Amino acid sequence: MSSILEFLARLAVWLLLAPLLPGIINRVKAWVAGRRGPPVLQLYYDLARLWRKGVVLSTLASPGFIAGPAVAWVAVLAAALLLPLGPLGTSLSFRGDVILLVYLLALARFCTAWAALETGSAFEGMGAAREVSYAVLAEAAVITAVLTLSMQSGSLVLSDMLVPAAGTGAALLAVGLFTVLLAENCRVPFDDPNTHLELTMIHEVMVLDHSGPPFAAVLHGASMKLLLFSVLLVQAMVPVGKLPESAAVAALIVGVLVVTVAVGLVESLTARAAFRRVPLLLTTAFLFCVFALLVAWKGGTA
Amino acid sequence: MNDLLNLLIGLAMGLNLVALGTSRLPALIRVAALQGMVLGIMPLLIENEWRVMVLVIAVATVIMKGIVIPALLRRAMRTANIDRDLNPLIGFLPSLLLGAAGMIGAVVLARRLPLLPEHGESLLVAGSLASVLTGLLLLIGRSKAISQVCGYLILENGIYLFGLLLIHSTPLMVEGGILLDLTVAVFVTGIIMDRIQRAFDSLDTRKLTVLRE
Repeated sequence: MSSILEFLARLAVWLLLAPLLPGIINRVKAWVAGRRGPPVLQLYYDLARLWRKGVVLSTLASPGFIAGPAVAWVAVLAAALLLPLGPLGTSLSFRGDVILLVYLLALARFCTAWAALETGSAFEGMGAAREVSYAVLAEAAVITAVLTLSMQSGSLVLSDMLVPAAGTGAALLAVGLFTVLLAENCRVPFDDPNTHLELTMIHEVMVLDHSGPPFAAVLHGASMKLLLFSVLLVQAMVPVGKLPESAAVAALIVGVLVVTVAVGLVESLTARAAFRRVPLLLTTAFLFCVFALLVAWKGGTA
Repeated sequence: MNDLLNLLIGLAMGLNLVALGTSRLPALIRVAALQGMVLGIMPLLIENEWRVMVLVIAVATVIMKGIVIPALLRRAMRTANIDRDLNPLIGFLPSLLLGAAGMIGAVVLARRLPLLPEHGESLLVAGSLASVLTGLLLLIGRSKAISQVCGYLILENGIYLFGLLLIHSTPLMVEGGILLDLTVAVFVTGIIMDRIQRAFDSLDTRKLTVLRE
């Protein structure tokens, strides 16, 4: 019974806290620009509003148009539940769960792209093509980062793997993972979440024709993905597993906040990179992860 | 001490990749200068006792590679009045990947070489091989004469790094001589670049293969 309660609590944490992050990012951006900005809870209001609205369906769309966002949302939630929360561990942990995590995220992306293609609109096909071509490069970096972590710990279980090495390796990995976080969550150097120029949008253009509850699922899934990557980044950098429980939870929360504020600052201080430059940026992130891997490998044998 | 040295060499190797990935000429010059300065302070870390000669060489290297040579290059760039884009022959992405592959290869190779035990743990050999490879890539893959000079500087940095292995047995006079040669070479290249610019209205070295009256 207690395990069920714990599982529900974990679910509630992921579901309820995730929409907070975009609000904080927007607050940071507003603060840097000297504006008042939207309320921190704006995304909750948006989700509530979308949930009450009806759905507009294209005559071309098959049931996949609704199923896509739903499957993507469930996949991201499942991936989030696999991720341990410091000393609290996970509700489900087995050998190789990290591979499932990577594949669940890929499934989520596939379903979003699929639903985008369902609309039959040229713009959304373009957005899907861009998203997927960036993902190819970002995924290489994620997998290298996963390889680095498993090389450091000699394990394929997420809760054992997230024990960071100190020093150069961790710094390299942090830079690589942070860049991947920006790319995967369509933040500024790669995509501008605020833009409404069709020619420059990536993620936004994919979900242009979604409305009502499916769109709410897309937005909520995106915020959960952001939280997931921040938690992953923090745990790969800070040895939260070794701290006492309350300190670890505090460290985790502070870490996620720091990552969120950093995303907001990057978003305020840099411009969106030109399309040509994006592969270069992502390759740089990949190389950072490769060198972290090299350090882990060298440290392991020397 | 060894950790600090490895950190600096790691920094120099990172700068190699920045040099391969950057698309701007001033940035490339700045990277080459920074790398020269990082390498310049290394003799101080390697030498156990502080001799005056070591100090002189270190200071001279930092000043020459960090200030004088970049200033010469910037002047050449200004007088030649060229645009600052690099238009590469080998694209930035392939050269970055090649550079990274070369760097990993250099680390692997350095571990296999029968080095002295005192050099076994340091990244000196790996860093030097990686810098030489980066320099070669820049020499081959960039079309402007100034960026090729930067490639040459990075290549020389690699050789200098290799020379640090022998710092206990070579007279430091040799290092001083090399430094002087390098400065004169960059100086002369600056003049040559000016001539190329006047004769061809461009610093694109591909045009030098065209014969004309």
